[in-house]
Amino acid sequence: MIRFLLNQELRVEQDLDPNVTVLNYLREHLGKTGTKEGCASGDCGACTVVVGELEGDRIRYRTLNSCLTFVASLNGKQLITVEGLKDNGQLHSVQQAMVDCHGSQCGFCTPGFVMSMFALQKNGTGYDKAATEEALAGNLCRCTGYRPIIDAAEQSCKAGSQDQFDRQHEATLAQLRKIQPDATCELNGADNRSFTPLTVADLAELYVTHPDARLLAGGTDLALEVTQMHKRLPVMIYVGNVAELKTVDTFDDRIEIGAAVPLTDCYDVLSREYPDFADLLHRFASLQIRNQGTLGGNIGNASPIGDSPPALLALGANIVLRQGNSSRTIALEDYFVDYRVTVQQESEFIEKIIVPRAPTENNFRVYKISKRLDDDISAVCGAFNLQLEDGTVTDARIAFGGMAAIPKRARHCEQALLGKPWDDETLETAVRALAEDFAPISDFRASKEYRLLIAGNLLRKYKMELSAPEQAIRVTAHV
Amino acid sequence: MALVRQDLKTGVGRKIPHESAGKHVSGEAVYIDDRLEFPNQLHVYARLSDRPHARILKIDTAPCYEIPGVRIAITSKDVPGQLDIGAVVPGDPLLADGKVEYVGQPVIAVAANSLETARKAAMAAVIEYEDLEPVLCVEEALKKKHFVLDSHQHKRGDSAKALASAPHRLQGSLHIGGQEHFYLETQISSVIPTEDDGMIVYTSSQNPTEIQKLVAEVIDVPMHKVMVDMRRMGGGFGGKETQAAGPACMAAVIARLTGQPTKMRLPRVDDMTITGKRHPFYVEYDVGFDDDGRLHGIDLTLAGNCGYSPDLSGSIVDRAMFHADNAYYLGDATVTGYRCKTNTASNTAYRGFGGPQGMVAIESIMDHIARTLGRDPLDVRKHNYYGTEDRNVTHYYQTVEDNQIAELTAELEASSEYQRRRREIAEFNRQSPILKKGIAMTPVKFGISFTATFLNQAGALVHIYTDGSIHLNHGGTEMGQGLNTKVAQVVAEEFQVDIDRIQVTATNTDKVPNTSPTAASSGADLNGKAAQNAAITIRNRLVAFAARHFDVTEEDVEFRNNHVRVREQVLPFEELIQLAYFNQVSLSSTGFYRTPKIFYDHEKARGRPFYYFAYGAACSEVLVDTLTGEYRMLRTDILHDVGASLNPAIDIGQVEGAFVQGMGWLTMEELVWNQQGRLATNGPASYKIPAVADMPADFRVQLVENRKNKEDTIFNSKAVGEPPFMLGIATWCALQDAVASVGDYRFAPLLDAPATPERVLWGVEKIKQAMARDAVVETVD
Repeated sequence: MIRFLLNQELRVEQDLDPNVTVLNYLREHLGKTGTKEGCASGDCGACTVVVGELEGDRIRYRTLNSCLTFVASLNGKQLITVEGLKDNGQLHSVQQAMVDCHGSQCGFCTPGFVMSMFALQKNGTGYDKAATEEALAGNLCRCTGYRPIIDAAEQSCKAGSQDQFDRQHEATLAQLRKIQPDATCELNGADNRSFTPLTVADLAELYVTHPDARLLAGGTDLALEVTQMHKRLPVMIYVGNVAELKTVDTFDDRIEIGAAVPLTDCYDVLSREYPDFADLLHRFASLQIRNQGTLGGNIGNASPIGDSPPALLALGANIVLRQGNSSRTIALEDYFVDYRVTVQQESEFIEKIIVPRAPTENNFRVYKISKRLDDDISAVCGAFNLQLEDGTVTDARIAFGGMAAIPKRARHCEQALLGKPWDDETLETAVRALAEDFAPISDFRASKEYRLLIAGNLLRKYKMELSAPEQAIRVTAHV
Repeated sequence: MALVRQDLKTGVGRKIPHESAGKHVSGEAVYIDDRLEFPNQLHVYARLSDRPHARILKIDTAPCYEIPGVRIAITSKDVPGQLDIGAVVPGDPLLADGKVEYVGQPVIAVAANSLETARKAAMAAVIEYEDLEPVLCVEEALKKKHFVLDSHQHKRGDSAKALASAPHRLQGSLHIGGQEHFYLETQISSVIPTEDDGMIVYTSSQNPTEIQKLVAEVIDVPMHKVMVDMRRMGGGFGGKETQAAGPACMAAVIARLTGQPTKMRLPRVDDMTITGKRHPFYVEYDVGFDDDGRLHGIDLTLAGNCGYSPDLSGSIVDRAMFHADNAYYLGDATVTGYRCKTNTASNTAYRGFGGPQGMVAIESIMDHIARTLGRDPLDVRKHNYYGTEDRNVTHYYQTVEDNQIAELTAELEASSEYQRRRREIAEFNRQSPILKKGIAMTPVKFGISFTATFLNQAGALVHIYTDGSIHLNHGGTEMGQGLNTKVAQVVAEEFQVDIDRIQVTATNTDKVPNTSPTAASSGADLNGKAAQNAAITIRNRLVAFAARHFDVTEEDVEFRNNHVRVREQVLPFEELIQLAYFNQVSLSSTGFYRTPKIFYDHEKARGRPFYYFAYGAACSEVLVDTLTGEYRMLRTDILHDVGASLNPAIDIGQVEGAFVQGMGWLTMEELVWNQQGRLATNGPASYKIPAVADMPADFRVQLVENRKNKEDTIFNSKAVGEPPFMLGIATWCALQDAVASVGDYRFAPLLDAPATPERVLWGVEKIKQAMARDAVVETVD
């Protein structure tokens, strides 16, 4: 059984197929058709909803793609849909702003934009262009060209007036507290089961009992198996309510990030430590996906084009794997074996990711190349982390995504640099060595020739950035 | 009296919000899939061909019926009426008949109690094929003369002679990519069988009358048995002009066979796989010009990749030819259009309808000439502009009247500070080794009218009820462009009442028959006039009645701001209506309109296919990373001509949206097919349309002011749907300008479209190689 608030109304679901997405639940089960299906793959944002979660005394509002969210993950939360925004027949200030600014044309993407804008207004303090673009990057509009939508975001953020959610804040808090789970929940239906444990121990035990279960974290990849590949998932274990997996701890020498920490929440700590991580995370899918997707999931799905693994490989990250009561720590680079194959054993899962603290001379840089700057998958992602002493390379960690069947370190390239003077000759030797490291493929994102050429060019760019940090040589950095 | 002195606040020329805006933002606007379903509702899924070209040896649908919940599985043999749903000429079987001609062609359709069940069952069918050789490449089709329709040629003067005698001569070729419509709402129709063996069809279509005709044909009933209702589309862009018919007809056949209400909604990947896109084009050119870059002659080949069937390719390739001049006098010209057949989805209408491809060809030529002569491309463009007194006849012999392009360019050149920024960019590029800026200003001249002349007609229906409320219906369809709002403004203006008194209802074949598709930017021009005519008919009756009733002359009766003034007496509008009703005056009228002046003689390839031209220009500045090919749009200035705007807010929305869509077409939107003819970019994860941050960081859009359309269009406005799409070409030329800077502007990068980061980087590499070759030559010298 799960309990959640739909707008302000308490809903209890006992018998529901856990393979049902929030989008289909809203449209088909409840007849709430304001939320639209544009792609059912988390790429267009038309189905955006807002989920409120209890965090101490506050409710944290986040946007999600309802097409990628399974209903079980709503347990103990508040789901806000476009139907919940009008108050006593009056449009909400974000809705009114969209009307005033002529922000809708065909209207089909509009509810999704409205929800993104609602969360932006709720979480923000006034209008900020960068924050607005970040909030809306996962919402596609084919009609307007976006200018009036940005105007509407500006108007509504500046207005930021009290709404019914503010007025009912205390009542909502009380309701949410009342429905917080205190033990593992189950939601079963149509012969499919899902479990929502609250502790790592329970999770580990459940996974041992159900070794064929699929672990559901953000679901931004797993849900595609249901919505795009039309598979059924007979048993799922949702890890998003396991508190221990959602902590971030900073030590003198390392940062430990729970595997179920949403990417949004990794942002602060990682970008403070490694400013380039901020750039990468900013371009990592969309805000909806980052609110949902986890660092553990991005590693665990073992995609050759996941955005965080190359960066984490270059940083020398380790991961802790847990199985039953035992755990082991391995270097991330030892985790990936082959295309979507890892060393993970049956019933074993990623518990946390351990990232070393930055050295004084922070030479970590990461570059993502894609057709579209925002919310696109890398053609190539290159991460570089050299240590230099007196102009000589003393340590080299270079890793790429999109260049091989797994995210992979460029060992030949690193060898060509190690112990060598950090000059143009060494650089060009190292660039040539990349051809020994990688034999990339051609696909619709890029040709193999382009991939190899830019891999080398990224190393060249890295050297330029280290040598002349004052010169902006990224299009994203240019103002 | 004070009231009637005030102007109407919601009439023509006002920035009225979209009629559905309040419903859009609250999720209350109803799209087809939001309609309440019936207890016995069926959902349809089509099993698609996975072969580009094959004979069908066997179809066994028996396994489909083993899945619980399945109602029926049909093949082409089960269609009761005509199988072909080709829009203009046959060629599009509703379900594959004996052979398949592209990956994605529907072969069987299965209906079940849920879409998921229908899908599962459809996949259970056994289909056996014998593969045939496919043609997947437009160049191969051109070489083999593998065409879906005959070729056509525009010819003026002797281009061969002009080329031979011109001071300079250049040849080149160019591939222009297609474009997925990516309307946010995928194709969908929902049908209900009626007691008369007919069908009620709710559809997301730009062309209700064609849906009515095709549904009638496939279920074998006269058109009067079929009623089509179309309230709104979640985007169309041309993609729902002909290709909404497939789902509508499949649902209708199944509803006919089962007697149950039936819905067919295409999941996104299926929509992108089944339906056609903007035509990719392959272009070859041979041009002769003088030292100023002015064209003396041109021989231009435009080969449209039509996919497997004709669809609208005849008119689309025609329009590419009609716009191969863009705003330029071509001199002696031979322009030839080919309709190449390939084993891909049947390409179809898409905003601009071939025009953009023709324009990209000539703009690429302008850049090529400029680089060859070492001139600023804008100079070369200006030297080639149509004149106002001479050099003002197109290569299809239409005189370009009311030509605004030179003054519009001059105004934008000044307001965008093109010359100063051009100098600053050159300086920036000298200082910046990796990042390079580019700038370009390109014009648009776009012909308005359907080139199939008979389509230039429209109807409307206006009722006034006894409480003074007005019901308005017209043959156009609302796809987000604000057509209903504009037409309501027209009627509001004619009756001098506020727009909230007018209810525009769903486009419906019962109300206005025999309509043309809402396409060719014609929606407001045609339907606005038709609605105006209906309103004027009723108003004239009211005036005549009032004159009689109050014993005054007709000149004494004036409609003003929700009132009617009869000499000194002022009546609220609804009082006059009641009075008229009690005096037995008809308060309902149809209205009709046909566009005057236009004709085209296809045999002679001459005529006046366009009632008028719409103009615009854009200046774009971009930033390119020459190590990766990535880029950003820094600034775009636009000046666009909509005549006397019916609604400046809506028109600005059209201009901005079209520009960004055009920019997307030529930059990041890349369609890629694999070697087996399967579309690899079949969803938004792989096919990237512009997102919020792709909009130019600095975006300045202006409408040309105080310049009415000289033709007698609806309140002297101009069509706005398509023309600004081609303003996006400025970004593509600006990217090439940035790349050309690597070679000190001496070499043309000649990128194919779209200019993805990868193509931009190859452009940079090409220029570097040209520089290296040049350096070798200089050393040898």
